[in-house]
Amino acid sequence: MANNINQGAESTIIKSNNNDWLDFEKTLAELSNQIVELQNLQKAKGIDYSPEIRQLRNNLVKLTTKIYDNLSAWETVQVARHPKRPLLQDYLKIIVQDFRELHGDRCFGDDRAMVTGIGRIGREKVLIVGHNKGRSTEEKVACHFGCAHPEGYRKALLKMKLAEKFQLPIICLIDTPGAYPGIGAEERGQAQAIANNLMEMSLLRTPIVCVVIGEGGSGGALGIGVGDRLAIMQNAYYSVITPEGCAAILWKTGEQAAQAAEALKLTAKHLLKFNVADQIIPEPLGGAHRNHHDAAHNLEMYLVNTLRDLRRCKMDNLLENRYRKLRRIGQYSNNGSNKAASAKTRISGLAGNLSESAPETPVRKKPIAH
Amino acid sequence: MADNSKSWDGYSIKKKLDVPEGLWCRCPGCEEMIFNRTLEENLQVCPECNYHFRISARKRIEILCDEQSFEEMLGNYSPLDPLKFSDLKTYKSRLKEQQKKTGQTDAAVVGKGYVKGRPLILAVLDPEFMMGSMGSVVGEKIAVAAETAQEAELPLVIVSSSGGARMQEGVLSLSQMAKTSAAIARLNQSGGLYISILADPTTGGVAASFALLGDIIIAEPGALIGFAGARTIWHTIKVELPEGFQKAEFLLEHGFIDMITPRNELRSEIARLIDYCGK
Repeated sequence: MANNINQGAESTIIKSNNNDWLDFEKTLAELSNQIVELQNLQKAKGIDYSPEIRQLRNNLVKLTTKIYDNLSAWETVQVARHPKRPLLQDYLKIIVQDFRELHGDRCFGDDRAMVTGIGRIGREKVLIVGHNKGRSTEEKVACHFGCAHPEGYRKALLKMKLAEKFQLPIICLIDTPGAYPGIGAEERGQAQAIANNLMEMSLLRTPIVCVVIGEGGSGGALGIGVGDRLAIMQNAYYSVITPEGCAAILWKTGEQAAQAAEALKLTAKHLLKFNVADQIIPEPLGGAHRNHHDAAHNLEMYLVNTLRDLRRCKMDNLLENRYRKLRRIGQYSNNGSNKAASAKTRISGLAGNLSESAPETPVRKKPIAH
Repeated sequence: MADNSKSWDGYSIKKKLDVPEGLWCRCPGCEEMIFNRTLEENLQVCPECNYHFRISARKRIEILCDEQSFEEMLGNYSPLDPLKFSDLKTYKSRLKEQQKKTGQTDAAVVGKGYVKGRPLILAVLDPEFMMGSMGSVVGEKIAVAAETAQEAELPLVIVSSSGGARMQEGVLSLSQMAKTSAAIARLNQSGGLYISILADPTTGGVAASFALLGDIIIAEPGALIGFAGARTIWHTIKVELPEGFQKAEFLLEHGFIDMITPRNELRSEIARLIDYCGK
């Protein structure tokens, strides 16, 4: 009967539950329904519809490819937030052996929005740090939908220092709408906690690989996002502010989120273009939520290869490269010309040479009083 | 985030850039009418209630540095529009407007100066230019300032007055947080002194990077300092903030800053700290 239909990429698309189609996937949903109906009919009546089904499946794959190759920024954000999208916990289960969670910041508490622990990826023993969004409603509430408090960032830093001490590479898996905005978070110094992580991570003497696996929301994401490499999953996003937040401020209404997402250029492709991300990790056809294992496999491949590369680098060089990588990011013009200045050429040239970098010819006056 | 709106959900921001135009102005702190010249003589601080008005970067430098001692660096750095960003207005037109209004190319002025005869590297954010928000130019200037301070073995003083990262430069702005913090980290490692002065407001991505990384952190009285703004908190958890929340005094109480120093004492405070901690 119909069992001869090949189990390929397309099967993963059809397997998905009817409820988790996103708005822009309506045509896919229809096609998928038709396939299911035909299969049921086939079973019920015993007529062989396999050529038709095969045709429909091919169409479905083609259409999915087309849609996912041309996702708008806002559609990407929706995929990144898909309720079935693999979370930190899924990746931990699939790619990390022997994972042992390490709790607590030794100071205030144990933030459930931030998970830290040791385990093995491939042959490498690593420390894993990541945002935890939670799958069920209770989990989501317990970990504030992946929005970490200061104690979360402090816990992350504490464990990263542990990793530094014992020469374990650090893997940061980023998936947060942003750091938690609330009274307790402010009282306990959210800004200071994040700032401190940025500063300390730039100096940690162990390789750090960061991957945005879902949402990369603002300072909350960056708080564990400084490292030697930054990769982003194909349908993840990384932005200075959530599209909703941006719309609320600039358009004065949260309803322009789609427009804001477009304007913020927050997709993986743009990040690569701006030199913020080093690599895009491909997701299975139709997004990571269609096949957790394939997504996890791609992530694992990336991590294993990258860790191997970084291991070859001498620690001093690693830190120097890390600094230069951060230092290069940004586009501005100097010398009055409108050409994008690549900061590369300016790093060493500027420091210590005041007169060269002050072309406005201010007259140097002596200090007045001592 | 750069945020200029006046009110939301009944919660009003009364503070604007209110350095006055006419002869008189009303103090947003105590509602008293103040003679502009008095205000000017008092370093833009209300003589009645000690309300610290926001001041431009140039004004700040004038107040802090010994007369004519400031020597600007990177004055020709100006912003681009890498995202081709456009909301209700294009970023380009916003920039032009702000440049015309302030006479600055972007929201930071950096250079070398003297405070009571002590040489230092000074970086000042300008709240009049897009709320002092940090894009690529501000990030680069702060990073260069830190590197210069390290090379020249001079103390670094940064006066922050900023709404945070500049949305219009998207993830490039976000990355400036990491860049500036890394530069501060290196300065720190080399034993350099960094005094961070927080003026109203220091929030978002600037608070969450170099502003709160000072060896010594000083705030001006009443300055708003925090990560998430009142509006963000309101929209996310529907909680109205208590009186005085995120003010300098609140941060002092919670242990996040070293001291609150009124504007007219900043110069001597900086000089004293350099004498104790500087090389």
